[in-house]
Order: sequence, then C-alpha cells, then structure tokens
Amino acid sequence: MLAVFKRDLISYFTTPIGYVYMAIFLAVNGGAFSLFTLQQGADSSISSYFTAMIFALAILIPILTMKIFSEEKKQKTEQLLMTSPISLGGMVFGKFLAAFTIFTGTLLIGCLNFFALIEYGPHKTVYENVIVNGTETRVGKLVSEYNTGILVGSVIALLLVGAAFIAIGVFVSSLTENQIVSAIATIATMGVFLLIGFLNSYIPFAPIREVLSWLSIYSRFGNFMNGIFDFAAMLYYISITFVFLFLTVRIYEKRRWA
Amino acid sequence: MIKIENLTKRFGAKYALNGISFEVSKGEIVGFLGPNGAGKSTTMNILTGYLSFTDGKVEVDGLDILEFPGQAKKSIGYLPEQPPLYPEMTVTEYLNFVYELKGCTLNKKKHIAEIIEVVKLTDVKNRVIGHLSKGYKQRVGIGQALVGNPKVIILDEPTVGLDPRQVVEIRNLIRTLGLDHTVILSTHILQEVQAVCDRVIIINKGRIAADRRTEDIAAAVEGNRRMSLKICGPVKEVIAALRALPGVFSAESIGNLDADSTSYVVECDSGIDIRKPLFHMLAKNGWPLIGAEASNANLEDVFLTLTEKSADTKKKKRGTKNDK
Repeated sequence: MLAVFKRDLISYFTTPIGYVYMAIFLAVNGGAFSLFTLQQGADSSISSYFTAMIFALAILIPILTMKIFSEEKKQKTEQLLMTSPISLGGMVFGKFLAAFTIFTGTLLIGCLNFFALIEYGPHKTVYENVIVNGTETRVGKLVSEYNTGILVGSVIALLLVGAAFIAIGVFVSSLTENQIVSAIATIATMGVFLLIGFLNSYIPFAPIREVLSWLSIYSRFGNFMNGIFDFAAMLYYISITFVFLFLTVRIYEKRRWA
Repeated sequence: MIKIENLTKRFGAKYALNGISFEVSKGEIVGFLGPNGAGKSTTMNILTGYLSFTDGKVEVDGLDILEFPGQAKKSIGYLPEQPPLYPEMTVTEYLNFVYELKGCTLNKKKHIAEIIEVVKLTDVKNRVIGHLSKGYKQRVGIGQALVGNPKVIILDEPTVGLDPRQVVEIRNLIRTLGLDHTVILSTHILQEVQAVCDRVIIINKGRIAADRRTEDIAAAVEGNRRMSLKICGPVKEVIAALRALPGVFSAESIGNLDADSTSYVVECDSGIDIRKPLFHMLAKNGWPLIGAEASNANLEDVFLTLTEKSADTKKKKRGTKNDK
C-alpha cells in the first residue's frame, strides 16, 4: 500500500495534473472566499463560502481522480499491481490516500485565507467600562467577530466531503480506461449526490423525501456551518467513502474472476 | 516448481482454457507456442494471479495460488505482453517502485544496480521511460520481472520489438536466467524456442496440443523436406524426373525465372534426403541446377507435424495445399 501511495503522490508532481489541480483549486477557493465573505462586509457569512466550495469540489475533484485507475488500465500497469503481492484493498486505498493527501494539502493552504477575516471580516463593538480621570466611562471597541470553532468544524466536514467525492472518483475511474469519460461520469455521480436533496420539494410522498434527504451530501453539511459538530453526518461521509472504495475493490475482484 | 492440474478458464460460454495440465521443474526453460488466441497469455495471466480460473489447481513453488496468493506472487516475476511501465517515471525510479511493491528484502541499491547492469540499461537509467525506444522499454519490462530475484520468471513474448542484436542478447540473458530460475516464455517465433527452451508446450484452442523436448521440434523441422529449386531444362520433363525420385511425393513448377530457368517446389517424405539423388539425376540429364534452398519450416508446419497424429492425414493436407 505504501509503495502505491508514494508512487501516486509523486506522480501528481511529475505530471501536470497535481499543479493544475492546485492552481485551479486555489484560484476558485480564493475567488469564492473573497466574493462570499470579504466583499459582503458586515453581512458576510462563512456558510455561503463553504456551500460554494462543496459545489466547486464536484468539478475540482475529478481532476485528481480521473486518471487514477483509467490510466493504469490504459497503460496496462494494473497488471503489475495485480500480479504483485499487495492486496486489492491496499492498492485501492493507497491510491485513494494519495489523492486525498493532495486534496488535504491544497485545502490547508487555502485555509490561510481565513487569516484575512481577522482584519476584514465582520466585526462587532464590545463595550466595557473604563475609569478615565476618576470617572467611569463606557468605551466601545471593535472586535473581530468570527468563530474559530465553526471554521475548524466546517473545514473538517469539507475534508470528509472531499474524501467521499474522491472515493466516488476512484470508483468511476476503475470502470473506464478513458479519462474524459471518467471525469464526466464522476461529475455526474457527485451531482446526483449533491442535488438529490433539492428534489424534495417536488415529491409529495414523505418516505421518499426522507430517503432522498438522507442520501444528500449537501443537506448534511448545514449543521457544520451552524456550529454544530454533527457526528452522524461525519459517519455518513466516512461511510460513503468506504462504500465506494469497497465497490472499487469489488470491481477488481470481479474482473479477476470474470 | 510449477504444477498445473486440469486448468480450465471460461469467459462466459467460451472456454479459453479447457483442462490444461503440466508441470515445470526447477531450472527448466519452457516455451509456450501457439497461434493467436490459443490461451498462452491466459495461462500466464492465471499463473501470475492476474486472472482467476474456473476450475483446476495451480501450484507455484508448492503453494496453491488461491490459498497463498501473496507468497506465490512473491516468487514470480512477470513480463506481460505489453510491459507495465509508467511513462512519467525514470528507469531507476520505476525499478525502485517495483522493488517496494513486491516487498523485497534484498539490498535495494545493490540489487537495482545489478538488474540495470544485467539488462543493459546503464545508459538510460536516469531517463524518463516515456522517452525511451521500444527496445529499451522492453528491457525495462524484463528488468522489472527480475526484481526481487524471483524463483519463477514468466515472460510473454519477451523479444518483440527488439532489434536483431538485442534479440540475441535477450535470448542469452534468458538462458543465463535459466541456470538458477525457472523460466516460462511464450513466443510465436520458432527459432526462439529452438535457441532458448529446453521444452515446448504447444497450446491450441485452450488445450495442450503437444508437450515435447526441444530436440523433437528440431526433428520435426529436419523431417520437413521442402526444397525450392531453380533448374534449367524443359519443364514437363524436369517435373516428371523430380517426381520419379525416391521419396518425392510432389513437385510443382512455380514459374519461370528467366528465359531458360524455372523454379520448382519439391516435397518429400520426412527422413529422406533427396539432395544426392537429385544431383545425379540432374547431372545425367544435363540440366544445370542454378539454385537450391531448403525452405525453413514455419510455425504452421511444425504445428501440423506435431499435432497431427497420423502421417496419412498429414500427406493429404499437404496434397490439398499444393493443389491450390
């Protein structure tokens, strides 16, 4: 597993893919941050930034994952991996981990943006009584009003959403040897997971609504942005990740037994 | 070292392999010979654990590959039909990766350096694989199969795409490897089998058609006496005289070369050398022989010779071939 992880991680930097992903991610991330928080002045909210980022991930993640298995299949290098002593699970997880490392690293660089909130983010006036020349006076003072807890919680949630998306991308790329097909099919699958919750208002049947909103990746993100660290949602994201990684392993097992 | 029992592989309703059994002992070099789609690559893919099988049993170094896939795979080095190379890596990086992938425990630096030396990649060891020529890529592929010093080395058409000098080098290399490894290679080049292998397994339509020592192949090739002759003389009489030679069962003219010489193809029974009687006959008639060439037996001929049970059917088939 370690060998696959290492090779894939390095290959992001010996091919243009890693740089392209990082450049586009940081540009989109910076743009969204500036547009949805800094330029909104007093009304700014960090949640519209995170919402934008979730939808941006659906386009950005396929850059990382489209070639993960499709390229191996095209170059026939999967034959090397499958005839080596490593397990299929190790192979899939090593590749997933490499993509996730790039994703996490880039996201953490993007998080440097948050320091701008200290100066330019929403502020509130805090009053305190100060004794000036023997008389007590109320003095107002501007204090940066951002909640570190919400930021950290939302970033962790975003990482988990990213992990789920990468797992979906890994799975889709194991189905085809064409990178373009892989990328588009991944975007479509993520689109389904993101938008499925919006169907709710059109469906008059409650049980289906329940199932759809349960499946929706997006609707579960809300709690994090409201400052609630939602363990059920985290478990959901982690489950999606493992289900798709498991399906990828199954695809390879099936191919071996075909 | 390798034991295959009644191996069967089915893709849907089609049998790719249908009850193949053979054993390969330590230090043997075995060649798989067979037409395209015969099941050579499938057998190799199963041996290396890339594909599973429908029925049967495969043991590598005494270990069942279904029960101990990890250990069995560790004792095999495999060069697939298309070498599994990552174009963006350098040769050294790639071999290092394979070393780690196989979880080897040798002295890494020394081992990789040795392999680079053995497959003669020293000049290109720091170059990116994607920029190398086909021959070098093939050698990187062979080098990859040697990583970890596996007991069994399986090579699927190892000399494809190499220039003639490299082919000789690689064949020598394979023979050297055969001293302390078990080697299985597939090929459709007859000379390669003769030059390298101790034993030949001919596979056809998912079954073993023949399993012989290489000497038998040589005998089959020698037994095939087909000669092309260029003779100056009256065509009809020459053909009649050629057919009258002992052991000749067919003689045909295949066209005029120039004004007075004609080309003929003569086939005779195996084990009979017609060269001397031919010379005396031509000398007696005063027909100059200006060219004689024993046709190389091709794979198809050997295949027919080794797979067909009775000599009668062989003759019949050859007869029909000549009628065309």
